[in-house]
Amino acid sequence: MSSNYKTIAKDGLWDNNGVFSMLLGMCPAMAMTTSATNGFGMGVATAAVMAASSYLVAVFRNHITPEVRIPVYILIVAAMVTVVDLAMNAWLHELYKVLGLFIPLIVSNCLPLARLEAFAAKQPSVPALIDGLFMGLGFTIALTAIGAVREIIGSGTLFADASLLLGPSFKAIELRLLPADMGVLMMILPPGGFIVTGLLVVVKRLLDLRAGKEIQMAGAHSV
Amino acid sequence: MTASPPANNETAAKKLDSFKHGIILCLFCFGFGLILAITDEVTLDDITARAIEDKQNSLAQVLPDAIHDNNPVTDTLMLNDSHGKEVTVFRATKNGVVTGVAYEIFGTGYAGEMRLMMGIDAGGKVLGVRVLAHKETPGLGDKIEVKKGDWIEKFTGLSVGNPPLEKWKVKKDGGNFDQFAGATITPRGVLVAIRSGLEFFSANQARLTEVK
Repeated sequence: MSSNYKTIAKDGLWDNNGVFSMLLGMCPAMAMTTSATNGFGMGVATAAVMAASSYLVAVFRNHITPEVRIPVYILIVAAMVTVVDLAMNAWLHELYKVLGLFIPLIVSNCLPLARLEAFAAKQPSVPALIDGLFMGLGFTIALTAIGAVREIIGSGTLFADASLLLGPSFKAIELRLLPADMGVLMMILPPGGFIVTGLLVVVKRLLDLRAGKEIQMAGAHSV
Repeated sequence: MTASPPANNETAAKKLDSFKHGIILCLFCFGFGLILAITDEVTLDDITARAIEDKQNSLAQVLPDAIHDNNPVTDTLMLNDSHGKEVTVFRATKNGVVTGVAYEIFGTGYAGEMRLMMGIDAGGKVLGVRVLAHKETPGLGDKIEVKKGDWIEKFTGLSVGNPPLEKWKVKKDGGNFDQFAGATITPRGVLVAIRSGLEFFSANQARLTEVK
């Protein structure tokens, strides 16, 4: 495994994408993607936790003995989640009101833990930080994409309430693409999450096939 | 564990190892505990301020600014409802006279408890009802939110006894208020909450509006 930053970034964003290739972190990927804005917010919070915890695990990697590594990883992820939770509650309160309930769930998201075990535990701190960050960003892209598709079909809008999350200047990206009553309710309910996630995995693999790439299945082990 | 001399050495080594792991785990817990304590300390004031702002925002919707010159968030009164549960009442006063009160009411919807805030003026007229938190189905039950429909605003201006208490129900149950197509349980739950709020007001009117 090369620690070349470009490869790490490409891996996280596309080739080994946490949701579309490794199929990890499915709980937030489906529960939190009823709109593009929600997916984006959840993704960013996860990315922050992943970058911080990957960095910390890499820094302490020579002190964490294999026997206690799992509890220590969980401890680090949980601590970072709590820090993000408190910081968002204090300084990004509008976003917190939307996502607050789901932030603690990042602890049980297996994607951060998988990256700690597969990457951060064996690499120097800077590549680990980059990996955590880009894996998190890849997760953000995936959640935003799932959210966007579900929101367009389900409620006919795109990036609704983005200004609550990102500030008033983002009012312009709040779009209404379909009339208010045209939405297919099912897409916002849980079945929509499964359907859209499945279809987007197919789309990603078709694109990879067309580019002549070998399809990576459950790539968490391949690292 | 059988104890032959070489195995004894191994167990001793293992014991030492476990001890070491324990110490490592302990140190990490201590270190990250410290980080959490510091974060908590740094964010505490802001979080408290945000919580008060939230309360203020929800109160402002059911207690119009025009009727009070105090801060209802801090002007509270603790009362017990008919089930013995404590209710925090926020009072709006003008020139020392209570002009309105607001308190949280609870109802059970399709997907669990719904929290609402209800404001009533001193004469028993409903100033407004707003949903604070719910888990109802998006697109069906969430029309009780003020930003998704005007249903919840229909209560404003009605009062205790107008319509009579038994008419504060959805039409399906013989009351005066519309249910939603495809969602009856949600508005029914809201009306249960509102009825309990009205009963609470009638039962405690004297205490709620007494001059301080």
